[in-house]
Amino acid sequence: MTLIKTKVDRRSFLKTSALAGGGLMIGFTWGCDPVEAAKAPPKEWFDINAFLTIADNGTVTIMSPNPEIGQNVKTSMPMVVAEELDVNWDDVVVKQAPLDAESFSRQVAGGSQSIRSSWKILRTAGATARQLMIQTAAKEWEVDAASLTTKEGYVYNGRKKLSYGELATKAVVAEIPEEVELKDPKDFTIIGNSKTNVDMKEIITGKPLFGVDYMAPGMVYAAALRPPAFGTKLKSFDDSEARKVNGVTDIFQFGEKIAVIGTNTWAVFKGKKALKAEWQKDGKLESTTGHDRELRRLLDSSNSNSVKRNDGNIKSAFASAEGTLERVYEAPFLPHNTLEPMNFFGNVTDEKVELVGPIQTPQWTQGRVAQLLKRPAAEVSIDMTRMGGGFGRRLYGDFALEVAEISDKIRKPVKLMFTREDDMTAGTYRPASKYKFRAAYKEGKITGYHLTGAGIQMGNSTRPDWFPAGGIDNYKVESHNLESNITTGAWRAPVTNFLAVAEQSFFDELASEMGVDAVQLRLDILERAKSNPVGEIDYEPEKMIGVVKLAAEKGNWNNPEPGISKGFSCYYSHNTYVAEVADVETVNGEPKITNMTVAVDCGIVINPDAAINQVQGGVVDGLGHALYGDFSFVNGTPQAANFDKFRLIRTKEAPNVDVHFVKSYNDPTGLGEPSLPPAGGALANAIAKATGRRIYKIPFTKQDISIG
Amino acid sequence: MASYTLTINGQQKTVEADADTPMLWVLRDELDLKGTKFGCGIGQCGACTVHLNGNAVRSCQLPVSAIGENEITTIEGLSENGDHPLQKAWTEHDVPQCGYCQAGQIMNAAALLNRNPNPSDQEIADATHGNLCRCGTYNKIRAAVATAAKS
Repeated sequence: MTLIKTKVDRRSFLKTSALAGGGLMIGFTWGCDPVEAAKAPPKEWFDINAFLTIADNGTVTIMSPNPEIGQNVKTSMPMVVAEELDVNWDDVVVKQAPLDAESFSRQVAGGSQSIRSSWKILRTAGATARQLMIQTAAKEWEVDAASLTTKEGYVYNGRKKLSYGELATKAVVAEIPEEVELKDPKDFTIIGNSKTNVDMKEIITGKPLFGVDYMAPGMVYAAALRPPAFGTKLKSFDDSEARKVNGVTDIFQFGEKIAVIGTNTWAVFKGKKALKAEWQKDGKLESTTGHDRELRRLLDSSNSNSVKRNDGNIKSAFASAEGTLERVYEAPFLPHNTLEPMNFFGNVTDEKVELVGPIQTPQWTQGRVAQLLKRPAAEVSIDMTRMGGGFGRRLYGDFALEVAEISDKIRKPVKLMFTREDDMTAGTYRPASKYKFRAAYKEGKITGYHLTGAGIQMGNSTRPDWFPAGGIDNYKVESHNLESNITTGAWRAPVTNFLAVAEQSFFDELASEMGVDAVQLRLDILERAKSNPVGEIDYEPEKMIGVVKLAAEKGNWNNPEPGISKGFSCYYSHNTYVAEVADVETVNGEPKITNMTVAVDCGIVINPDAAINQVQGGVVDGLGHALYGDFSFVNGTPQAANFDKFRLIRTKEAPNVDVHFVKSYNDPTGLGEPSLPPAGGALANAIAKATGRRIYKIPFTKQDISIG
Repeated sequence: MASYTLTINGQQKTVEADADTPMLWVLRDELDLKGTKFGCGIGQCGACTVHLNGNAVRSCQLPVSAIGENEITTIEGLSENGDHPLQKAWTEHDVPQCGYCQAGQIMNAAALLNRNPNPSDQEIADATHGNLCRCGTYNKIRAAVATAAKS
């Protein structure tokens, strides 16, 4: 039995009130830790951002402030509430917080923390509501609450039963319990059973759900022309042709950009194309060839700031080694390429600044907009729509700031639309990076390991306390950062999206050089890290061993099918453990990935079908960007602007992805990202087995991977 | 600007638009049919897929002036109650992640099933290769099309 406190000093982070029309409403703060929430409970209703209502007809409505970005939070998070409430999922309605509801907090973060951070609060909210039902029924029947049970929306007293609907209105006066009992995960009936995406019907019938679909009365459209190269600014422009375009109503400069306003999207796109602008140099005009040179130089340097971890003595390990291996791995910048291009709605009036659109950081952006327009933050509202993909791009509110500035100037409701070219060339890119791995080995064991990373505006390009930390006596990790005027940012599985590819490719080649099995080499390191770790480590070797063995078994690592070359990879990120086996076959003289076997330990799996979808998507994303991801700069100008030049993975290139979850009763961990990092390494290793050629650079398709 | 009378989802609609305006923007901005999505504007991604006389076309590449008497069907007109075999299969397989490409995927697959009611796995892969899904739901899309074909 798990008891969770709902109150500290008599103040609760949950609140109850009557539901208009009959029933009970429970408000709580979604997306926070219950212990933290209890320390600083909501003062008023406006601090509460999620609701659970039980109507007197028994319908349970869970109102979620979290917009959906594709990770299924809008379905899986209410499942957690419904589980503890003990209702029938068919009686549950999930609603997105209405955009104009005064009672909803507008301070909600996006779904990126999602399940892991919300797990306890969601369970506690559901369990509290269940307890209120029991208390109210106990009063009705004049019996001890402890003698009552619940099932599928009813409180039972032996054979007698009362529905939650019958009890809801009376429960309004019940006192919120000091602490509530949570279910034993072994008794879960909703969690662990697949539930269809709650927005399915709207998605498959084309209902307006996304930022691009949002409309307001009197709304006009805007497009913006931005500097074509990083390190340039606007010198002058001629808008005489653009103003002739039907539907274009206004053109003006804002900052270093030019806004085109019009009556429809096509008009403003055409108007933008017809602008003649001159740009001038305003900083360094950087090129990929220069970045490559600088990053290479950094990989060969070392200083006191670059060292992130240093166990044992690397020098002596290399001096006494039987053999050593040194390899450098390289990855380019990447745009996010959400299929819904950046866009935002703004309506600036004397009274308020109203912004609506797809964004993951409303609170941060609210502050920045307030500062930009010199308005009190309280006058700025940001409402989130469903998002056509994020991958990190919608953390950055540049598009919201732009529309705020544009609407402030024209004082009209306006929708700013990016073209695909705008989206790809005005990005916050995955930083380009390089890694140098060095290893020393002796008597079948790795005795020394030295990783140096260098990235462009990447901060620490390494994860020094993760695998293989703790498993190797002499271990050193260093990182260098290269400044740039090219905007970089978080891209799905930041840092690890390439670090894992490089590391897991290196281990494969190292195993081959050492003459040991690639899986066994990892297990040896993990066993050491588990039983007698060197220094502190920030992962659980036991869990990694679990997925390594599961993937090896399910992926037939030891018994490869005829004609199939297998590549192995494993990685820990976002508190989740993943191991993958890639199957490569030779098709028309080229290696082709036909299957990926994936083993995942993410704790309790809430919604299995959706979880499989997340894992498959992460693998396909990781493979696609390893194969095709190619984005470079010449004099500050991005060399790809649309999908004709930037290749994304398509269905015939995406293998079957076979997903296996480790059975677990541990709290759930992240799932939107962790299957991505290992994918590229598994593929590179399988290609090496098929072709005899190692791959050291992304995109793989630009390297020589021909057979023989 | 010119006036065009179009047949969309079986209904006659008259719109004022420039001759070069892609159907995508006529549908979205003039007719408020938001199910057809903008992804790339150059016919590469398939998010804007609609039917022209039952064939899948990229509405971003289709000027309004070229439509004439031809009939346009959008995701909103694919079925009366969202119960086309593909829509049912999409639900059964829980296909979408972000959902943005899915209307285009369904329209593209619907045209495949119109001309080939029993496609092989290879034919499904060939026919859906042109539609990008940035979330990578390709495994589920292929399975859902196969399920719909069987029903």
